[in-house]
Amino acid sequence: MLALDFPEINSLLRWKDLFPSFNKIALIAVLAVVISSTIFLLALRQNHEEAPRGIRNLAETIVEFIENGVVMQTMGKEGLAWTPFLLTMFMFIYLCNVPGIIPFFQMPATARMAVPMFLALMVWVIYNATGIKHQGIGGYLKSTLFPPGVPKALYILVTPIEFISAIIVRPFSLAVRLFANMMAGHILLVTFALLSEALFQAKDKILIPVGILPFFMLIFLTSFEVLVAFLQAYIFAMLTAVYIGGAAHPEH
Amino acid sequence: MEAIARLVAAAADTTAADAKNTAAAASAGYAYGLAAIGPGIGIGYLVGKSVEAMARQPEAAGMVRTTMFLGIAFTEALALIGFVVFILLKFA
Repeated sequence: MLALDFPEINSLLRWKDLFPSFNKIALIAVLAVVISSTIFLLALRQNHEEAPRGIRNLAETIVEFIENGVVMQTMGKEGLAWTPFLLTMFMFIYLCNVPGIIPFFQMPATARMAVPMFLALMVWVIYNATGIKHQGIGGYLKSTLFPPGVPKALYILVTPIEFISAIIVRPFSLAVRLFANMMAGHILLVTFALLSEALFQAKDKILIPVGILPFFMLIFLTSFEVLVAFLQAYIFAMLTAVYIGGAAHPEH
Repeated sequence: MEAIARLVAAAADTTAADAKNTAAAASAGYAYGLAAIGPGIGIGYLVGKSVEAMARQPEAAGMVRTTMFLGIAFTEALALIGFVVFILLKFA
């Protein structure tokens, strides 16, 4: 009935090089870095004793959001030193996610596994290093692998589970969560865009008005992706804060 | 005779490839469908309980919301791993 053929997955996710070894994903990542540093460098140039105006308002809102919404909720006051790191993480991931719905970009940079995987590995190294720095290597291993308050005989069961969940699954799930969310959103948008295009160009004239339905779904999903792009960046920053906070100050 | 043998071989070839594609598509669908059941129930229960808590104690809403998002993130990961398996089965 419809000449609808879903394209090969690689044509949706793999981009040709703009320059040698520099494709659209790299362009988006570079733009994310440039835009976020520009915002904060411009905000820094203003006199901080006057009332903030212009771009400084935006920058201060973002910093306050990270301080109150991420750091204070998970690490408490002593975690405030981590604000710059979490802020950078949040801005980079958010600005990598958002091009998924910006026309002509139409691709979240985090929908390729390389970006979230590298971020997750960085977080893994940082929270393990924080744990070792604060508790020493023996203390860190003891507090992660042998959680207090468990009967001694159960450690045979608990220690392997804790090892797998704290050392192996954490970075994996952190990367997969971001990657799969963004790729699922991208593929959903592609599906509904293709469906409405095929219906609008159908030979059967009666099918043309039906194309309105997937088109409305496309609009709805686009606005949903605005939320998802923010939420995934927020959750990534928050989980990073939780892992670092847990490594720095274990439960007793 | 030779032509018939070739035809039979070709037919057998396509059916084998088709059977593989069909099995991959079907199991990809099952993989995602089954992976979505548990997290679906989990997220529904989680958000429902969080709304209950927020309605009982509106002053604790901020804390409950933060914890709710964390819980959703952990629960959702299972469904997303199912989605990745779906992609791998279907396209890889």
